[in-house]
Amino acid sequence: MDTVQLTIDNKPIVVKKGTTILEAAKGIGIHIPTLCHMKLDDLNIENKPGGCRICIVEVQGRRNLAPACCTEVSDGMVVNSHSIRVVNARQTVMELILSDHPSDCLICPKSGNCDLQSLAHQLGIREIHYKGEQSTYREDTSPAIIRDIDKCIMCRRCEMMCNEVQTVGVLSAINRGFNAVVSPAFEMNLDHSVCTYCGQCVAVCPTGALTEVNHTSKVIRALSDPSKTVIVQTAPAVRAALGEEFGYEAGTLVTGKLVSALRRLGFDYVFDTDFAADLTIMEEGTELLNRLSKYLEGDKDVKLPILTSCCPAWVKFFEHQFPQMKEIPSTARSPQQMFGSIAKSYFAEKMNIKREDLVVVSIMPCVAKKYECGRDEFKVNGNPDVDYAVTTRELASLIKLANIEFTKLPDENFDNPLGESTGAGVIFGTTGGVIEAAVRTAYELYTKKSLPRLDFDELRGMEGIRHATIDFNGFPLNIGIAHGLGNARKLLEKIEAGESEFHAIEIMSCPGGCIGGGGQPYHHGNAEILKKRQMAIYREDKNKTLRKSHENPYIIKLYEEYLGKPMSEKAHSLLHTEYFDRT
Amino acid sequence: MTRIKNLADLHKIKEEVQSKNRLRSSLDYPEHLVQIKVGMATCGIASGAKETMKYLNDELEQQAIDAVVTKTGCLGYCYAEPTIEVTLPGKEPVVFGYVDKAKVVEIIDVYIKRGEQVEGIIPLNFQTIDD
Amino acid sequence: MNDNKKQLRIALRNCGFINPEIIDDYISRDGYMALGKCLTEHTPEETIKEIKDSGLRGRGGGGFPTGLKWEITRKSESDQKYVVCNADEGDPGAFMDRSILEGDPHSVIEAMAICGYCIGADKGLVYIRAEYPLAIERLQIALSQAREYGLLGENIFRSGFNFDIEIRFGAGAFVCGEETALIHSMEGLRGEPTFKPPFPSVSGYLGKPTNVNNVETFANIPAILNKGAAWFSSIGTEKSKGTKVFALAGKINNVGLIEVPMGTTLREVIYEIGGGIRDGKKFKSVQTGGPSGGCLTTDFLDTPIDYDNLIDAGSMMGSGGMIVMDEDDCMVAIAKFYLEFTLEESCGKCSPCRIGNKRLHEILDKITSGRGEFQDIERLQLLSQVIKDTSLCGLGQTSPNPVLSTIANFEDEYLAHVNEGKCPAGQCKALLKYEIIEDLCTGCTLCFRNCPVGAISGERRQPHYIDQSLCIKCGVCYEKCKFNAITLS
Ligand SMILES: Cc1cc2nc3c(=O)[nH]c(=O)nc-3n(C[C@H](O)[C@H](O)[C@H](O)COP(=O)(O)O)c2cc1C
Ligand code: SF4
Ligand code: SF4
Ligand code: SF4
Ligand code: SF4
Ligand code: SF4
Repeated sequence: MDTVQLTIDNKPIVVKKGTTILEAAKGIGIHIPTLCHMKLDDLNIENKPGGCRICIVEVQGRRNLAPACCTEVSDGMVVNSHSIRVVNARQTVMELILSDHPSDCLICPKSGNCDLQSLAHQLGIREIHYKGEQSTYREDTSPAIIRDIDKCIMCRRCEMMCNEVQTVGVLSAINRGFNAVVSPAFEMNLDHSVCTYCGQCVAVCPTGALTEVNHTSKVIRALSDPSKTVIVQTAPAVRAALGEEFGYEAGTLVTGKLVSALRRLGFDYVFDTDFAADLTIMEEGTELLNRLSKYLEGDKDVKLPILTSCCPAWVKFFEHQFPQMKEIPSTARSPQQMFGSIAKSYFAEKMNIKREDLVVVSIMPCVAKKYECGRDEFKVNGNPDVDYAVTTRELASLIKLANIEFTKLPDENFDNPLGESTGAGVIFGTTGGVIEAAVRTAYELYTKKSLPRLDFDELRGMEGIRHATIDFNGFPLNIGIAHGLGNARKLLEKIEAGESEFHAIEIMSCPGGCIGGGGQPYHHGNAEILKKRQMAIYREDKNKTLRKSHENPYIIKLYEEYLGKPMSEKAHSLLHTEYFDRT
Repeated sequence: MTRIKNLADLHKIKEEVQSKNRLRSSLDYPEHLVQIKVGMATCGIASGAKETMKYLNDELEQQAIDAVVTKTGCLGYCYAEPTIEVTLPGKEPVVFGYVDKAKVVEIIDVYIKRGEQVEGIIPLNFQTIDD
Repeated sequence: MNDNKKQLRIALRNCGFINPEIIDDYISRDGYMALGKCLTEHTPEETIKEIKDSGLRGRGGGGFPTGLKWEITRKSESDQKYVVCNADEGDPGAFMDRSILEGDPHSVIEAMAICGYCIGADKGLVYIRAEYPLAIERLQIALSQAREYGLLGENIFRSGFNFDIEIRFGAGAFVCGEETALIHSMEGLRGEPTFKPPFPSVSGYLGKPTNVNNVETFANIPAILNKGAAWFSSIGTEKSKGTKVFALAGKINNVGLIEVPMGTTLREVIYEIGGGIRDGKKFKSVQTGGPSGGCLTTDFLDTPIDYDNLIDAGSMMGSGGMIVMDEDDCMVAIAKFYLEFTLEESCGKCSPCRIGNKRLHEILDKITSGRGEFQDIERLQLLSQVIKDTSLCGLGQTSPNPVLSTIANFEDEYLAHVNEGKCPAGQCKALLKYEIIEDLCTGCTLCFRNCPVGAISGERRQPHYIDQSLCIKCGVCYEKCKFNAITLS
């Protein structure tokens, strides 16, 4: 292995050839500040435009300063990361950035979580010497995301996410010089573009330029309306991340406190999306088995592989990009929508509440869910099955607003009947989880045998595209998994070219699955956080007594009392959907 | 056109063109001609070189003067565009600047037909690589 | 050398002599001879050595040794390589490359083929701005003629070497002349620079090794190979060999295109070739290097022009724009003019250039409109230094040069603006003052009737008066007054 010797701040070090100054410095505990640079280790995601010029350092013998994030080390290099010249330049560049930025911190949704804000603090900026005109741009509000481009610092992280990771290609830099902005093509608004609302741009934006549409005040209004019964569902990935907003180590499970906080916020019933995830498995698993048995009977027209359909950003993605394949995904609605639909039918009837008087709120790791619950096919006479979808972050702000001391809360349990779930429902929160849950149920329904083991390690991990073959009593079931839409695109192209061997594929839009969703507490470029959340999800699954969806007693009861059996006519009208060509 | 296959082919073309040019301007040669080049780069055209060239062609034809008029690139005298270079048989080339219609008439009447000096000659102020 | 012939035409050797639309004309002046000889008699290594020995440096601005660049690209291993000709020419007022392509397109084609042979590329691309229709047309004609003769295409000169050239059109952004931005633009991406290394010679167009050279650089190649490296390196200065083409512009008598040996002084260029300053005015400054260059004073008139001397003087060679200024030009306004250009042309990718240049411009605007403060001068210098130090590409790294050089060489003019509220050149409108000399005013009311904003008052046959707070400095009164009773200070 080729190595290189150099000194950084008088410390001699030896590093691998090809290492950047930034990485080399990090290795010996020297922190060089960065702004546009972002790297998610093991996920193959890196933003390195070299544009912000905050990480500049002095390299002996060089005419100008060098950006540490882009400059590779060389033998004998002498680097100074904080000489007077460097510090002065770094501060001046920061001042320039701030001179073109509104001083809105007091009322900015990103305040306290803003990389720009903390960097300004770290660099000790107390005055802006070069004041002048600030660039202005119209605000763009879509069903899920707000673009407040006045706060954009052109770090291009969103662009990299949207283009390279998600291959959606909505966001790109346009215009020149001082007027340069990141925007959809022809400066159209996001809701006229092919944006999937995956929210990955929001997840990485270091400032308040990209944020989710905030529904907390609507939720508060509903909660304070005595004529309404307000119920809440919380998605699996929320419990593995919410704690971070209250100072817990990443990967801490806060399920019990979450329930108790929601109750204190005034929700009449605190339910669990995991229940609906179990329901999804019943429908989707049955659909898989139906298609599979037709296929085994020699039916040539049967659509295989079956693709999961619980991620709304993924659904919108194929509706725009692969409409010719819209018959392939499962028709099962997402857990959020199954929950809403059952809540406003079965539960409402059971409790004798009028549909209009029942408000369904969902707590989601996701910004696309805001868009999903507004889709017309999920409304009855204009009344949506799910009224408001709020993100994990919005929930944290609600809890803080209500003066609830989260860390001191007791652990409480979900309400019934829509609060009971199995471990299969829980793992929906991570990449690979949906398909593992489906396998647990489909295997037993297909083979009529009990599974020898429940942990399918071959389906787990952070690899962008994974595959495994599960022995279904002699039949090798080929399973594919993709997270990140760019990876999904690769699999879809294979299917289109007829090169796919898969019978079932799980697709999640967000890297890591919902634990890495656009509505989660910000990871600030630290991929460790995502991995810890993933481990927490599997821990929660392990701790459950019931770990297979078809064993959930309330699911069994729901079918007995109301739906009949999976894929019945009633199940179809309440739990399935159709897709549209959006080109 | 034929394909050039080797250096000899290239030399042949070179020789042909050069001897043709030599002949044209040789007084001993019965078919000698007045040769005129018009600076037709963007700068020349912007100053009216196209009009000048057309007018020049028309006038020469009307007055039945044996001449070839070709276009060429920029000589660099942008301040004096349009420029033309006139080579009378047996004489050194001469460059004229600011050649509008009136100047064309003057150049034809005085310089080409009578061989007398005309105002507006730009002295060549550069060496070529062959000097 | 003949004294009244200060110019030497190498790159422009055929411009104005041949009909650019007739390939035989080019061949009659040794055209394609160099390519023929390379392909049939010399190895790529020998040819590269000849270019290296000639001392030719890139004419696109950077001055990188051309032979060395070819060698690096040759040594980069790849299944596919490219030769790119940079004909983006975005400097305001520059048209050297356009003239070469319009007057002698084959010299560039020939050189690109030679380069392809040397580096091991079979494909060339000319990136040319779409605003150059005539150059594009002549290049297209030349390409098809060269193909018909078999000088492009397969098995050129029966040597087994294949090469062809494609034209790509640029949308006219200055920054697309920067080689990495140019490559991205050709790839269909946004035309913005990326960090170097990797240099295009290692990873360029479509990630393949790509040799990018300027039009004028290429135009020199056939002449060098025909006449030899020794001949070429005998011209010029120690570190800058050959000639340079300049587009002379500004307040000079003979505006136009010139080519002089390196080492010619600015005085020779301005007074002997350029015919001196227009209207008998006094020379004040000469700007070289386009928007990224500096403004030099009389002190530098006897400096021999070459890459290093110009940098030492606080300017640069650039691609060859040369703008002469006289006593009527305000140097603060000139600096502002150049900043306006960079501001328009910055791609906006990096913060110091995107925002810093805007701030520089704002401060300059403040000064030229009479609101400047003493500290602004220091502020300009400090900010300029940081922008130079931290910008991503050559545009930002040089954009403050006009500011720094005008402050260094004409500080008194800046001081006059900020301390005395005066523009010594009388160019900054906001600092002008129109006044009526009572003794000369007859009270004819002509000025009163013509002032568009009603800033003039006074009785008939009585001296009139201009209210300075209303005056917009349009100068109508000054022009109208028949008695020279209005002064400008
Ligand atoms: C902002 C900017 C603009 C440039 N514009 C041009 C240009 O218009 N033409 C050009 O040949 N080189 C231009 N360059 C230089 C190119 O990046 C590159 O160095 C050059 O094309 C290399 O060719 P050479 O070695 O033959 O000079 C520009 C550089 C910068 C930083
Ligand atoms: S984006 Fe950050 S720095 Fe800007 S106003 Fe919001 S919190 Fe403050
Ligand atoms: S939400 Fe996703 S698809 Fe939409 S702009 Fe952001 S990254 Fe692109
Ligand atoms: S919107 Fe946010 S992520 Fe995108 S470039 Fe601007 S600051 Fe960066
Ligand atoms: S992966 Fe999860 S969080 Fe991300 S868009 Fe899909 S449903 Fe939302
Ligand atoms: S210096 Fe200017 S032109 Fe160059 S990359 Fe930065 S913003 Fe773009």
